[in-house]
Amino acid sequence: MSRSSRRYFARSFVLQLVALAAVIALVIWLATNAVHNLASRGIATGFDFLDRAARFPISESLLPYTPSDSFAWALAVGLGNTILLSMLVAILSTAFGVLLAQARRSHNPLASGLTAIFVESVRNTPLIVQLLFFYSALIFSLPGPHAALNPAPGVFLTNRGLYLPWPMFDHGRWLLSSPITGHFNFEGGLVLSPEFVAIVVGLTLYSTSYAAEIIRSGIEAVPLGQWEAARALGLPERRLFRLVIMPQALRVIVPPMTSQYINIVKNSTLALVVGYPDISFVTATTINQTGQAIEGVAILVLIFLVINFAASAVLNAFNRRLASRVR
Amino acid sequence: MIAATGPVEAFVQSAPLPPRPAPAAPRMAWHEGLFAGLASSAATVTIALLLAMAAPHLLSWAVVNGIWHGGPAACRAGEGACWAFLTAKGPQILFGIYPPGERWRAIAVVVALTALALWTLPPAHWTRRTLIAWIVGILLSLLVMGGAWLGLEPVPTSAWGGLPITLLLTVLSLAIGFPAAIMLALCRRSPAPILRWMSIGFIEIVRGLPLLSMLFIAAVLLPIMLPEGFTIDNFTRALAALCCYSAAYLAEVLRGGLQAIPPGQAEAAAALGLQRWQTLRFIVLPQAIGKVLPALTNTVVVIIKNTGLVLVVGLFDLLSSARAALTDPDWPAPFAETFAFVALIYFAICFGISRYSLFLETRMNMGHRR
Repeated sequence: MSRSSRRYFARSFVLQLVALAAVIALVIWLATNAVHNLASRGIATGFDFLDRAARFPISESLLPYTPSDSFAWALAVGLGNTILLSMLVAILSTAFGVLLAQARRSHNPLASGLTAIFVESVRNTPLIVQLLFFYSALIFSLPGPHAALNPAPGVFLTNRGLYLPWPMFDHGRWLLSSPITGHFNFEGGLVLSPEFVAIVVGLTLYSTSYAAEIIRSGIEAVPLGQWEAARALGLPERRLFRLVIMPQALRVIVPPMTSQYINIVKNSTLALVVGYPDISFVTATTINQTGQAIEGVAILVLIFLVINFAASAVLNAFNRRLASRVR
Repeated sequence: MIAATGPVEAFVQSAPLPPRPAPAAPRMAWHEGLFAGLASSAATVTIALLLAMAAPHLLSWAVVNGIWHGGPAACRAGEGACWAFLTAKGPQILFGIYPPGERWRAIAVVVALTALALWTLPPAHWTRRTLIAWIVGILLSLLVMGGAWLGLEPVPTSAWGGLPITLLLTVLSLAIGFPAAIMLALCRRSPAPILRWMSIGFIEIVRGLPLLSMLFIAAVLLPIMLPEGFTIDNFTRALAALCCYSAAYLAEVLRGGLQAIPPGQAEAAAALGLQRWQTLRFIVLPQAIGKVLPALTNTVVVIIKNTGLVLVVGLFDLLSSARAALTDPDWPAPFAETFAFVALIYFAICFGISRYSLFLETRMNMGHRR
């Protein structure tokens, strides 16, 4: 090792130690301030609050919940809502994304032009503006239950939500329960609140515009020669797409789609803006009720890091399987 | 060299060939695509029918029945879009709760920042002088907005609002985030393990968290973690979260650029006797940033769109001011018109930057083809 490179390593070692010491000092300083501030405000520390009764309502949830349940369960209920929302949006936006990608690639100028306008206008405006627009549209412009819109048989749309027929298990057999006009509101069937409809519609449209572009660029990344060669072999268009183009396009599509799905989970926190009780909404309420901001934030950070790592691990495994099938 | 004698001459190009027209693109004329098959024809008919059904409603709402003049009473009586609301509330939406008498200052800041941004667009203007102009411009904007200086009335950040907040947050988070991003990207690629792991930790945690949560964390944790008696306003809290966000995302883009520079470049610079710092400053960074300019501009679009989220920490940015304007009980809350107006402003900025990014990309590829 030459003298100059030895000097370089020595300097780099000192530099690293200084940087580490600076970060540790910063953390200790922040922590001491926090301990001092919390003590002077009389706020408890620790995770004991998780066992106490939450005593705040959650307007709707996938998992059963009552205000007498614990904070821990309230957080789990919020997480359940986040997962429900993200899964639903991921599935819907992938399906619509495939459709829009095909529409934008088509030679039909009407289809490709309209898709381009949709994609560009959705991608170039903030999601939060779109969400507030949809939520206001549902709350203010839809009629009340008495003059409900009835776009399809059994489907009712009012400013109190969307009512859909839904299969129900009753008396040992499956029934299709349809909403019926009750005294004050609809009864039976599946009820989706305006908050849920707004966040699902808004987030789906936003994610679709991204998914469509990812899928389109993936398909366009397959060299034209592949199409021509497959046609020369006499493959019909449908099988050509399924057997030749899609496997190659998927290799380009999957990595950006992975981050797109993680983005959906992250963007689903905007549910807070329209008032759908997802995990960030429940955490914010918990912090408000208990004052234990550090613990609440720690739980939130932990949950998101776990979701992120889990999602990227699953999709990386899928990607590895896909990439290993060399043709 | 072959002597040009005899029959060989016949094969040697003596004069340049005349330019030939490019071969015709194998594209269909636009109208041929409309009915190019069963599926395409069906799509055309469906879309045309839907458009024919929706367009009259939209036109009558927005234009024919639109209310352009008058007050709340006219909007309540009419059936169309209440554009009069935007004329009446426009200044409030654009400048928020900034004291109306001092509004010229907010206008001056918006004009100055827009002018600076437009001036910076042509690559010929990317000079040291432009950089200095930006730094001076940003500092002056903050001073003009805040006042208590040159006889200007002091306006606390809690009274700032509208478009100036959106623009200032964007510009400040980029100005602070970009140098930090360079540091982070270099540390992440450095052989020094402690620096590398600290950089990876910061970038991955920030990228793993939704920005909304980061804003929320900044809003609740910063006041707790700072010494007693030290207050931090909402603007600074939001700015801290946005700076972390842009630093982490820009760092990942820059890392891509650094990875794309062949090691031979740094080795050649070392062979020429350049110091490590000089190699970085004059050889590696300019090329790395140049390679990822389009991606960097796209990140700018993301950051601008994200400034809309600051309404959750109680800042009166463009969107939040629009929402506040809608709560006026005198008017019938024309939310569609108002949000369309806000969306249009964001669209103009973001679409412009996306197109600019495309322009940079073509320009870069042209350089490669040469």
